[in-house]
Amino acid sequence: MGWFKRNKEGITTSTKDKKETPEGLWHKCPKCKVIVSVEDHEKNLWVCGNCEHHDRINAKEYFSILFDDGKFTELNPKMTSGDPLKFEDTKKYTERYAATVKRTGLNEALTSGYGKINDRDIVIACMNFNFIGGSMGSVVGEKIARAIDHCIKYDKPFLMISKSGGARMMEAAFSLMQMAKTSAKLALLGKKGLPYISMLTDPTTGGVTASFAMLGDINIAEPGALIGFAGPRVVKETIGKDLPEGFQTSEFVLEHGFLDFIVKRKNLKDKISQFLDMTMPVTETKTAVAK
Amino acid sequence: MDYLDFEKPIQDLEEQLQKTKDLEGETEVDMSKTIREIEKKIASTRKEIQQNLTPWQRVQLSRHPQRPYTLAYIEAITEGNFLELHGDRGVKDDKAMVGGWGMVDGQPIMFIGQQKGINTKMRQYRNFGMPNPEGYRKALRLMKMAEKFNRPIVTFIDTPGAFPGLEAEERGQGEAIAKNLYEMAMLKVPVICIIIGEGASGGALGIGIGDKVLMLENSWYSVISPENCSTILWRTWDYKEQAAAALKLTAEDMYKNKLIDGIIKEPLGGAHNNREEIFDRVKAEILKHIGTLQKIESDKLIEKRITKFSKMGYVKE
Repeated sequence: MGWFKRNKEGITTSTKDKKETPEGLWHKCPKCKVIVSVEDHEKNLWVCGNCEHHDRINAKEYFSILFDDGKFTELNPKMTSGDPLKFEDTKKYTERYAATVKRTGLNEALTSGYGKINDRDIVIACMNFNFIGGSMGSVVGEKIARAIDHCIKYDKPFLMISKSGGARMMEAAFSLMQMAKTSAKLALLGKKGLPYISMLTDPTTGGVTASFAMLGDINIAEPGALIGFAGPRVVKETIGKDLPEGFQTSEFVLEHGFLDFIVKRKNLKDKISQFLDMTMPVTETKTAVAK
Repeated sequence: MDYLDFEKPIQDLEEQLQKTKDLEGETEVDMSKTIREIEKKIASTRKEIQQNLTPWQRVQLSRHPQRPYTLAYIEAITEGNFLELHGDRGVKDDKAMVGGWGMVDGQPIMFIGQQKGINTKMRQYRNFGMPNPEGYRKALRLMKMAEKFNRPIVTFIDTPGAFPGLEAEERGQGEAIAKNLYEMAMLKVPVICIIIGEGASGGALGIGIGDKVLMLENSWYSVISPENCSTILWRTWDYKEQAAAALKLTAEDMYKNKLIDGIIKEPLGGAHNNREEIFDRVKAEILKHIGTLQKIESDKLIEKRITKFSKMGYVKE
């Protein structure tokens, strides 16, 4: 037996695989390294056809998958963050924010909207991981709160797609209180008897896990997502040992009883509809279709 | 008494005072004038230090080894009429989260709080005040019991964070805290939360949804500790002082930003300098707020609580 063990995948990549692929034409799976055209990758809902690795996607892509014909009305599209604390670390928060807006073309780490899912009304809020790590500041919390208000006002179910490193440090305690705000709003949604589906995607950690992401009537996740409260590095430092294989994956979290099921992206829409059929009042149009 | 680095001038003066007193005893020369002068100097130095405390120095004070912890408050406020309860009825009894019934001037109250250890052995026993999921579930069980018997709840917050261990993850640390936020929002009885030391992130908030959230003058409350913030944003621990300032985590800043409802003043030099005084003040605050909150109907109480937290945040439209 050797003295050293390779723990990380990908270190043994042979030279031929390391070739730079031209941007925008080909997609190489980060897990199995199989190359497909970007077009095919999109057709396969950004899931690797070879190893079923679910690539990280953002609100735009999820909305195109879930809303009927990809049609929806965005809620609070113009809401942006202030800088209440005049926060500055190695960079000013305002500068970091402006650069991120420019790079991503997004206003914040969350997009929300309402539309139809298999002919049924639904409100969906989805986090954008490419926007400061999907971190939750005032805007993310407020947009979720308003999306829930919309649900309560119009008797619609709520789907939250989480993808976040946790609370946003640059808004400090304002970020922390978004956990309280969103959870309190969900309590009101629950009181009204409306369904809440929490979908956890890669990665969902920190204050997001410790608030709305774990509060669904059903909590569901994509395969292989990282889901936890403390990040794996912190847990590893705490226990001073290597983490067991598969720790904090969707499958691990399901096994420990905190998820209802794991769903592949291609089945997501139907699974959500199925759940809503069971929990929402039976509408006339729905009954007619069933007949 | 332990002194913090910025309390060095006081330590020197105290030593000088002791020396003078010893000298007076040995030589039988009247030194009362010098003694009075030194005592005056100590008081003025303390005041000066107090007035110029930086956020980081307050963080240090909040962690002072002699600072009173949750059980000390409960014991003092209830004058020993405290019935401690244990267990989450699922996995075990979390020693980092304590709670039970206490009687305060004829008013039964459910007390809950994170508990730190008073010495090395106890610090380990209490897991340094870092609860596991069982701690949050035990807290929720006690809050539900208080609701059942229509009694107010008082929580004492003092934690460096929820425990980031392997078992804590397996048993759903995130879910345990989330559930508390959800349930506390809807509690039908008055809830008062007092940050007595460290209020670190979700681990603090997990027992922190109250009608009145108060902070002691030298406590801190934020989304992350200054050290961890420094590690993440500057990639080293060395910027903890800047991080403490940037996070705006002091009672004063938190009150200014409307994220808490009030500040409880501490004795000169910090809560540990005069325990009786801080216990009396905290007790008076608790009774005052319970008095007003109990007059509000439960539906209204819940509505006001949720509205308060819903307003927190800063957005531009």
